[in-house]
Amino acid sequence: MALRLQQTCKYVVLLFFAFVSIYPILLMIMSSFKTKMEIITHPLGLPSGFSLNNYIEVWNKVHFADYFVNSLYVSAVSVLLILLVSSLAAFYIARYSFRWSGFVLFFFMLGLMLPMRLAISPLYMMMLKLKLLDTLTSLIIVYVAGHISFAVFVFYGFFRTLPKDLDQSARIDGCNDFQVYYKIVLPLMRPALATVSIVDLIAIWNDFFYPLIFLKSTELGTIPLGMLTLFGEYDTDWNLLFCGLTLSSLPMILAFLFASRQFIEGMTTGAVK
Amino acid sequence: MTSTTFDRKAEMNLPKPPARRKRRIAKHLVHLFLLPALVFYVGFMIYPIFQALLNSLFAWKGLTRGPFIGLQNFVRLFTETPFKETFVRALGHNVTFFIGLVLTKLVVAFILALLINSKIRGKELFKTLYFVPKLLSVIVVGFLFSLILNPTYGALNTLLAAIGLEGLARPWLGDPHTALYAIIIVNSWYGFGFAMLIFLVGLQAISQEVYEAARIDGASGLKMIFTITLPLAMPSIMIMTILTFIGAFETFELIYAMQGNNGAPYFSTDVLGLYFYRLTFGSVSGGESIGIGSALAVVLLVLISCATAVSMFFFKRREVEH
Repeated sequence: MALRLQQTCKYVVLLFFAFVSIYPILLMIMSSFKTKMEIITHPLGLPSGFSLNNYIEVWNKVHFADYFVNSLYVSAVSVLLILLVSSLAAFYIARYSFRWSGFVLFFFMLGLMLPMRLAISPLYMMMLKLKLLDTLTSLIIVYVAGHISFAVFVFYGFFRTLPKDLDQSARIDGCNDFQVYYKIVLPLMRPALATVSIVDLIAIWNDFFYPLIFLKSTELGTIPLGMLTLFGEYDTDWNLLFCGLTLSSLPMILAFLFASRQFIEGMTTGAVK
Repeated sequence: MTSTTFDRKAEMNLPKPPARRKRRIAKHLVHLFLLPALVFYVGFMIYPIFQALLNSLFAWKGLTRGPFIGLQNFVRLFTETPFKETFVRALGHNVTFFIGLVLTKLVVAFILALLINSKIRGKELFKTLYFVPKLLSVIVVGFLFSLILNPTYGALNTLLAAIGLEGLARPWLGDPHTALYAIIIVNSWYGFGFAMLIFLVGLQAISQEVYEAARIDGASGLKMIFTITLPLAMPSIMIMTILTFIGAFETFELIYAMQGNNGAPYFSTDVLGLYFYRLTFGSVSGGESIGIGSALAVVLLVLISCATAVSMFFFKRREVEH
């Protein structure tokens, strides 16, 4: 009997926090279908209908399509570059024993300790000199630079678990260094690549800081920066605000629904950072 | 054009290099694997951070670096009005932020991790549900809760009224006494699921035999938690505490979204991240603020790097232990 009560208490606590966790997001999604009036009169309940008017209006009023494309472009290019340059570097450190390999690894690991955004004023001046301010390229550069350490850390850890005989035998079969990397190692790396992609994708897709500093033109904005424009221009149209917030969160939430395990595993592996 | 054809011809006519030399060239090509990562990393991470350290030692006029002035920027940041007052106030808020997050986010996350680690159904579902807030952009979280906490139309005050607690309703973000705490709770909402997962990894690493042995010795319930679970889960608790510390001192976007870059109302939610942003990009009079901002950046850099170094030490130790 006491055990029964204890179990019930556990579920009550767990369900309460599940509600706390999800309800604000449901509220956001539900409000995105309501009219401006309905949000004021019935802020908590379900919307009276599922009309897409708000979505159409937000899509047309702010450059949402642009924001979406910009975010997609920046995230995709950054993540691909991170995977490419970091896996090459980690391959180099783990598979060739040069005198400086240990030092190079340590040097990259240093980046895990350094909060890059504190260097924002030198970065701003560099981008100014390189004429990259107000371009998406500036974002890609800082994202790649800032995420290399973590990626090298994960990939190096992965290479340590991969038997060396594998690339030895490939080399005997006539593969050169790059072919060993490209044909043998890369396909085996998929789990490590997935971890890094997920961690970096969430961080880059959601980043607000660098777009805020580097971008000036509204049409170049990424989705998080677009939210700032939306809240600046339509601060009384709550239906549009909720709708914009939903639109900006939807891609990640949908991706999570399809691959929640990979997301959770990836993020817990990423915890060291 | 002619020259390229000529070169190619010349190359083709050359005798093939001996195999050993070819291999030696190929051997050097291997270094190209390292090059791209090194260029990005050194050029846009190490060099700017080095510059930031250096900049704190110079006088500034707008975006132009003036003469070397030693530690004067630091002296001004710590002793001169109004820099000192703002710094001390913001630092206090960062400390409150950290303590607040430990008491809300970490305590809740640890209890939930204990519950999920016990015999219950639907573990995966709960883990998934708790994780969802972490998928949102911090800026979205900030804006969403500024709407939810709005005094007149916000969902929270409406909800309180609906369950008969009108008395508790207040302008959460407009009142200097509650604003910072409201933001701490929002931040906890955003991060508790992730913290729970880290604790869970720590708890799952504790072997069942230890519990068995304790049970035989007659320990039970709460006593078991305090004498066995807590000490053995210490590495994950330490890591999460340090990550929370770093997060608390890096915090910027959430408060920027909810309270603007002055930490409204009346600087009651101002933190070092906002102050750094104002010094660097705001129009603080005199145009010398980049120097002071760089000094502040160095202070934060030292604080955060030390914390990370400690956390990496703990992580390494945990790896060794298992």
